Amino acid sequence: MNEDDDRVFKALADPTRRFLLDLLFTREGRTLTELESEVEMTRFGVAKHLKVLEEAGLVVVRRAGREKLHFLNPVPIRLIHDRWIDKYTERHVTALIDLKNALEDET
Amino acid sequence: MTTETTAETTQVYRVWIKTTPERIWTAITDPEWTVKYGYAAPSYYDLKPGGAYHSDASDEMREFGAQNGFPIPDRVVDGEVVECDPPRLLVQTWRMLMDPTTAAEPYTTLTYLIEELKSQPGVCRVTITHEMAGAPATATMVAGSPLDEAGGGGWAWVLSDLKSVLETGTALSGR
Repeated sequence: MNEDDDRVFKALADPTRRFLLDLLFTREGRTLTELESEVEMTRFGVAKHLKVLEEAGLVVVRRAGREKLHFLNPVPIRLIHDRWIDKYTERHVTALIDLKNALEDET
Repeated sequence: MTTETTAETTQVYRVWIKTTPERIWTAITDPEWTVKYGYAAPSYYDLKPGGAYHSDASDEMREFGAQNGFPIPDRVVDGEVVECDPPRLLVQTWRMLMDPTTAAEPYTTLTYLIEELKSQPGVCRVTITHEMAGAPATATMVAGSPLDEAGGGGWAWVLSDLKSVLETGTALSGR
């Protein structure tokens, strides 16, 4: 599933795309028109960014009548958290605990 | 209800899992499976429209309640099956009973959609759509806590754990 991680990291590497995710975080289920009004960019540009986010699984599109509504999907970020962040923060915390124990032993 | 209201009170979660639709269906609807991931509450479904659904408190939940001095009900979630098309679609009502505020809110609607990818046979896309009109406390709860305290991960964590269990046989907690 490394390809999936690549897509998520690439999608998150762009500030406009992170901004779009933040917009959806504050309020879900927005249309392209609503999102476009918040970004200094053409409709085509915003649509392209949304496509990248959708391919990475970070945005899920639902149809409601004629409208396409965009929802933030936090699961890929959760998976990266579980796969990458947890691993390193855990070691970091363990290192601090070891340091504390070492220092306390000295006294 | 306007489209906009629906959108604002709906949350969508999606994950891709390398397994069969049947295994995912079982992991969602079989109490022997639901104890292996997420909040580990055994879930009981009468899998037909109008059939009852409930999840019972796990030992871990009861212990947590006892330690923190609040009672945990025997049934932590209840609801009713609305639509059932195994192993593809499950629509149900859903009400969280662990917390008095969420228990007093109206029933929400939860949809599980399991789709095998045509482009990648052997990989399934699981989409949870949770419609929570009039249930803001439930919406906050299932969205998960960013601090990730005491099982606060919500649906994103549950789906991440479901993927882990089905692909590796081990939950994130090592259960």
